[in-house]
Amino acid sequence: MTDASNVIGPERRPDLSGARLSRRYAAERRFRLYGLAAVMTGAAILLVLIGTIVANGYTAFFQTEIALEIDFDPETIDPDATRDPEVLRAANYQVLIRRAMQARFPQVTDRREKRTLSRMVSSGASLKLQDMIMVDPDLIGTSRRVWVKSSDDIDSFAKGKIRRDVPDADRRVKDREIAWFDTLDSQDAIRSKFNTTFFTAGDSREPEQAGIWGAVIGSFLTLLVTLMLSFPTGVLAAVYLEEFAPKNRWTDLIEVNINNLAAVPSIVFGLLGLAVFLNFFGLPRSAPLVGGMVLALMTLPTIIIAGRAALKAVPPSVREAALGIGASHLQAVMHHVFPLAMPGMLTGTIIGMAQALGESAPLLMIGMVAFIVDVPGGFTDPATVLPVQIYLWADSPERAFVAKTSAAIMVLLAFLIVMNAMAVVLRKRFERRW
Amino acid sequence: MQTATLTDVTVNAGHLGGVVKLRGASAAKMTARDVNVYYGEAQALRQVDLDIGEKRITALIGPSGCGKSTFLRCLNRMNDVIEGCRVTGRIEMDGEDIYDTALDVVRLRARVGMVFQKPNPFPKSIFDNIAYGPRIHGFANHKNDLDEIVQTSLERAGLWLEVKDRLAAPGTGLSGGQQQRLCIARAIAVDPDVILMDEPCSALDPIATAKIEELMDELRTSLTIVIVTHSMQQAARVSQHTAFFHLGSLIECGDTDEIFTNPQDERTQGYITGRFG
Repeated sequence: MTDASNVIGPERRPDLSGARLSRRYAAERRFRLYGLAAVMTGAAILLVLIGTIVANGYTAFFQTEIALEIDFDPETIDPDATRDPEVLRAANYQVLIRRAMQARFPQVTDRREKRTLSRMVSSGASLKLQDMIMVDPDLIGTSRRVWVKSSDDIDSFAKGKIRRDVPDADRRVKDREIAWFDTLDSQDAIRSKFNTTFFTAGDSREPEQAGIWGAVIGSFLTLLVTLMLSFPTGVLAAVYLEEFAPKNRWTDLIEVNINNLAAVPSIVFGLLGLAVFLNFFGLPRSAPLVGGMVLALMTLPTIIIAGRAALKAVPPSVREAALGIGASHLQAVMHHVFPLAMPGMLTGTIIGMAQALGESAPLLMIGMVAFIVDVPGGFTDPATVLPVQIYLWADSPERAFVAKTSAAIMVLLAFLIVMNAMAVVLRKRFERRW
Repeated sequence: MQTATLTDVTVNAGHLGGVVKLRGASAAKMTARDVNVYYGEAQALRQVDLDIGEKRITALIGPSGCGKSTFLRCLNRMNDVIEGCRVTGRIEMDGEDIYDTALDVVRLRARVGMVFQKPNPFPKSIFDNIAYGPRIHGFANHKNDLDEIVQTSLERAGLWLEVKDRLAAPGTGLSGGQQQRLCIARAIAVDPDVILMDEPCSALDPIATAKIEELMDELRTSLTIVIVTHSMQQAARVSQHTAFFHLGSLIECGDTDEIFTNPQDERTQGYITGRFG
C-alpha cells in the first residue's frame, strides 16, 4: 500500500496548469456555441417557413372589389310588383350586373367581349344583390352604387400576382381586361377590402367566395369528439395499468401493443375506420363524428403513454404517506397521485390533440376530403377539416388558391397556438396546487 | 416452537431461530413469530421473533441492509405494495393476526401509523395534511370536530404554536424538522395505537432531532412506538427496548440499558462499539 502510493503518488497530482484549464473552458465554450448554432439554425428554418407562408398568404385576407352603378330595374326583378319573396329570390340579378358593366363601357359591343367584361365581376356578386333586395325590397326601382367582388383573376391581377409584363398569350388577364381595369381604377371604382368571406364561408370552386370557416368548424367538431373519447379512456387506462393492474405477462403484452399502436401509420387507422365505422356500423360518411372516432384511436396510445409517464413521475413518498395513514389504494391514487400527475397528463393530451389536428391521411379514407360548401352544423353533417382543406386548395388550379392555401395554413397554426396556450393555462392552474 | 411468557426474563438470543423475549414488565402490543420476508428470490428477513412492548419505545438498530426497515414495514403491511415481496410467519397485534385475510389492511394502517425517513407532507395545506386521515376514516362529521382534531394533533406534535396562524399555507413550505413533526401530527390525528418511525431524524439537524425525540418521549405515555435508527445515541436516548438486526436476522434484543452496557452477542458488541456498521 505504502509502496504503491510512493510509486504512483507524484503522477496522480491534479494538473491545474493554466493551459489545461483554458482548454477545458474552451471546450465548454465550443459546446455552448454548437448548441447555440443548432438553436439558431432551427429558428432560421422556422422563420423562413413562416415567412414564406405569410408572404404568400397575407393577400388572401384582402379582396378586390369593383363599384357598379346598379339599376334595380322593376321589370327584371319583379315585373308584376308582387313583392313575393319567391319571385324576388328567383329574379335574374346577373342581368343587372351585366347591364351595369355595359353601361360603364358602352364602347364594348362584341358579344364575346361583353361576356369577358361581365366576367370581371365575381359570379357571387348576383347573390349580394339578391340579399340586398330580400332585406329591403324598396330598393326596386332605385339605382345605387354597389361594391361587388371582382373575379379571382382580376383580384390576382390587382394584387400583382398576375404581371403586366408577361406576353398577352401567356396571361390569364388579357390586355383589354387590363385596359378596363385601369379605366375603373382611374374612376376610383376599384378598392381592396378586408376579406370577411374568408372567415365566414365554407369552401367554394370560386376562390373569391371560398372560406375557411367550414373547415375550422369541422376541425373543432372532430377534435371535440376525439377529446371526449380519447381523454377519459386514455387517462383511465393509464391509471389502471400503472396503479392497479397486476404486473404479469398479459399487462406486458398490453404495454408492448400500446407502444406499437403509437407507431402505426395514421392511414391504417383511416382504413380501419372505413372498414369498421362506415362499412360495418354504417355511420355517416364525411362526418366529424367518424373523423373524431378515427383520430381518437390514433391519439389514445399517446395519451396512455404520457399518462403513465406522468403517474410514474409522482414521488412514491406521496403514495406511501397516504397508505401509511390508512388510505385505501384507490384513495391514495385519486386524492394524491392523480392530481399531481394531472399536468403531465394534460401535456400528453395536448400533444396528441395537436397531432390529431394536423392529421389528414386517415380522414381522406373516411370521406372527409369531399368538396363541402356548407358549414357543418352538427357531428353527423358532412364536413372537412383544416389540413384536408389545405390539401384541397393546394390541389386547385386557380391562381388565387395559392394565397388561400397559405392563409389556411396560417389559420391552422393560429388554431394550434390557441390550443397550446389553453394547455399552458390549464397546466399552470393545476400546478399552482404546489 | 417454544412459547414464552411475557414476563420471562431469560434471554435466549444470539442464534437463528431462537425465541427472543423482551425483558421488562410491559405487556406486548405486537408479537412477531418466525417472520421471514422475501423480495423475489432474496430473503431479507430470517425467522424473526420479537415482542413490541405496549407504551414503550422499541428501537431497531443494525447496519444498513440488515432488514430492520423491512421488519418495520411488516408491522403495518406496507410491504404489501412492494412488487414481489412475500411475508411468512405470524405477526399479531393485540392477539389478532394482522396478515389474516379477513383483516382489512386499511383498518390496520389506521391503528398502526407510520412516519417515514424523509418528511413527506402532502402537497396540500397544513390543515388538509392533518385533516386528511380523520376525513377518510370518518372521524369528524362536523367542521368543528375537524378543527379540534387538527389543533389537538398539532399540539401533541408540538407544532401548534409555530403554525397556528398559517394553517392554509402549504405543508411543503415548512422547514425539514417542522415537516417531520407535521407528519407525526398527521399520523396521530387518526388516533393510532402504534406509530412506526423509519429513521425519522436522519434528514434533520440536531436541534430538530432533539425536538422529535422529546416529542416521542411525550407520545410514549399514550402510544407504542417502534423506531428504526442508525444512530446508536438516539436509540440509547429514546428507547426502552432495543433490538439488534444483522444480515436479516434478529441477533439480540432486550432492555436498552442492558443491550448498550452488557451485550450478550459479540456482533452486537461490535456494532455498538463501532467496530462495524
